[in-house]
Amino acid sequence: MSKAQARARTISVPDLPQDLFDTLGAYIASLDDPKGSLIHVLHRAQQLFGYLPMEVQLFVARQVGVSGAEVFGVISFYSYFTTTPRGKHNVSVCMGTACFVRGSDKLLDRFKEELQVTTGETTKDQQFTLSDVRCLGACGLAPIVTVDDKVFGHAKPEDVEAILKPYRAGSEA
Amino acid sequence: MKMINLTINGSPVSVPEGTTILEAAKLVNVKIRTLCHLNLEGFGVVNQTASCRVCMVEVKNRPTLVPSCSEKVTEGMQVVTDSVRAMTGRRMAVELLLSNHPKECLTCPKNLDCELQSLAHELGVHEIQWEGYRMDYPKDTSSLAIVKDPNKCVMCRRCETMCNDVQTCHILSGQNRGFDAFVGPAFNLPMAETSCTYCGQCVAVCPTASLTEVNNTHKVWAALSDPNKHVVVQVAPAVRVAIGELFGMAPGTISTGQLATALRRMGFDAVFDTDFGADLTIMEEASEFVHRLTHNGTLPMLTSCCPAWVKFFEHQFPDMLDIPSTCKSPQIMLGAIAKSYYADKISVKPEDMVVVSVMPCLAKKAEAARPELTKDHNNNVDVVVTTREFGAMLHEMGMDFASLPESDFDSILGESTGASVIFGTTGGVIEAAIRTAYEWLTGETLEKVEFEQLRGLEGIRSAEVQINDRTIRIGIAHELGNARKLLEGIRSGEYQFDAIEIMACPGGCIGGGGQPYHHGDIEVIKKRQQAIYQEDRAKVIRKSHENPMIKKLYEEYLGEPYGEKAHELLHTHYVPRDRI
Repeated sequence: MSKAQARARTISVPDLPQDLFDTLGAYIASLDDPKGSLIHVLHRAQQLFGYLPMEVQLFVARQVGVSGAEVFGVISFYSYFTTTPRGKHNVSVCMGTACFVRGSDKLLDRFKEELQVTTGETTKDQQFTLSDVRCLGACGLAPIVTVDDKVFGHAKPEDVEAILKPYRAGSEA
Repeated sequence: MKMINLTINGSPVSVPEGTTILEAAKLVNVKIRTLCHLNLEGFGVVNQTASCRVCMVEVKNRPTLVPSCSEKVTEGMQVVTDSVRAMTGRRMAVELLLSNHPKECLTCPKNLDCELQSLAHELGVHEIQWEGYRMDYPKDTSSLAIVKDPNKCVMCRRCETMCNDVQTCHILSGQNRGFDAFVGPAFNLPMAETSCTYCGQCVAVCPTASLTEVNNTHKVWAALSDPNKHVVVQVAPAVRVAIGELFGMAPGTISTGQLATALRRMGFDAVFDTDFGADLTIMEEASEFVHRLTHNGTLPMLTSCCPAWVKFFEHQFPDMLDIPSTCKSPQIMLGAIAKSYYADKISVKPEDMVVVSVMPCLAKKAEAARPELTKDHNNNVDVVVTTREFGAMLHEMGMDFASLPESDFDSILGESTGASVIFGTTGGVIEAAIRTAYEWLTGETLEKVEFEQLRGLEGIRSAEVQINDRTIRIGIAHELGNARKLLEGIRSGEYQFDAIEIMACPGGCIGGGGQPYHHGDIEVIKKRQQAIYQEDRAKVIRKSHENPMIKKLYEEYLGEPYGEKAHELLHTHYVPRDRI
């Protein structure tokens, strides 16, 4: 969770699909020790809803039998969990040491400029979420960018436009 | 019990198995400073997170220092608390805590009452080697009772222990990680949007100024300096046995007389006593109880004097809103009578009157603003300050409280009985109600007014009182976790009671969230309780219905207890609330 997110209160989305809650409820009911499995439950919830707005967190809290504050405590602790909708595509720029010394900070700046977001944010058209990550374990290709599962090695700021192009709304195959 | 032998700084000591190094050290008069540690013995309150590392000591043959608050003793253990290594380690722990702590001590609300500040002084921290990343969260001033400043949170988790384990409100939990971590409510909600009861026990144990009360002292000064306002003050029973602590008097010193003098010198136009409101509450509550008992009404009846308890059952037991008494609390009753009967008498319009309360409580601040407790858009009570805030105001004036001459409260809302004084302690409200209900139901005079079976400090107590041919079953709980157990027992049918008293704070109002900080010393609360019973014994009149001014009020103004006028002014209703 980014610092900006840590400061903002969690969004409320009152009209989420009921069948997703039913699926999540059935999953929780199938567990032997729901309280001890809170992180598993939250993983499943994020998989189903894509993110964890207030209503989903409260649902989990009530079903599992812990407080909303405790659920939020777990979510805000682990960067994996997100409380805002993610974009259709995840753009991750590696800021590990090898990538950093080869200029990934400039690369990240270029992405920010191109997408008009800061790290952890999602573009207005819900197409991209930009994040900075630590070492991806492919330092020979530094600096590295991934879009979803695809890796772009030796990326330069001037490549940014071309990297994003196939993923732009309307240009997807 | 198996005994364990060890040495602390070379002195041999033998302690039961399971004892911590910290507890063992106390037995040989070795003082180890602590910060996150909190143990209110007898109240079931223990915070043992070992998160601050301030109590670290050296143990022979152990590679690292160990936290003495959580480390259990073992046979043959050699503990050293005063080595340079141990001292350096402890000092470093405090330095690290301070490295990202705001350094605004001079203007901080906890200046000279802050445990982190005292530690820095006691452990000899004169410079801080590191400058840590600083949080810059906004202060949460959403509620009328509690101010939350996450930037001063040291993650000791004491507030969490009070909120979750003791009070079972579950509002607070650790949020975020690393430098951004603090304790706060779910979803970064402002406190006012949570199901917080404002009991203030988090404030009572917070070692820094991360949790403090909303300071209303400026409102009192403003009212006192407005020539167009008639400013009335009332003081709760628990204040008179605690305020002295702020002026170097021993815990448990009764300073009722000095209190009245101090208030008069501050310039209040009338100095009244919440005890009068308490006697009035008994008239109404005992009438309601007798009515329910003789008309097949809903039983048990629950007392409704404690605003944190009221908010708790609205959030947590919205299906049981028919069992609490409909009586307003003593502070609100006194405000309601001041702005009606008394205002008429002195020909002051209610809107030109300001009612100030001095309370041991934070929830009273929020209670005063509850919309259903207003009359003609006018609050019954306008400003609430805590015992601590009131003490600070006297300090500001330079008042030498301890040497003030004693005086009495003003008539007529200053007259009170022993029954009203004991409202300040757990068990007191129900004892006061029984003193009156007994005489009304039997028509006899109660020879012994003390009901010892209702007294004590156990979390949940029960007792039976024989009235005529009926056995009245009484339940008493203090701390909201105990209240929850009692209410769940009633819901499930496990408990059968006719009347129940509940107070949110440990020991009742004497342990309230607005009282002078006890800093973990539970003896302070016990002494305050003894003082309350001593004050009761010293009163000539000890039953609420014998208070001559209460009789006069009913004759001249209210008519019958539990009658029409009384309902209009002295009774209220409750609203179901969400749980977040």
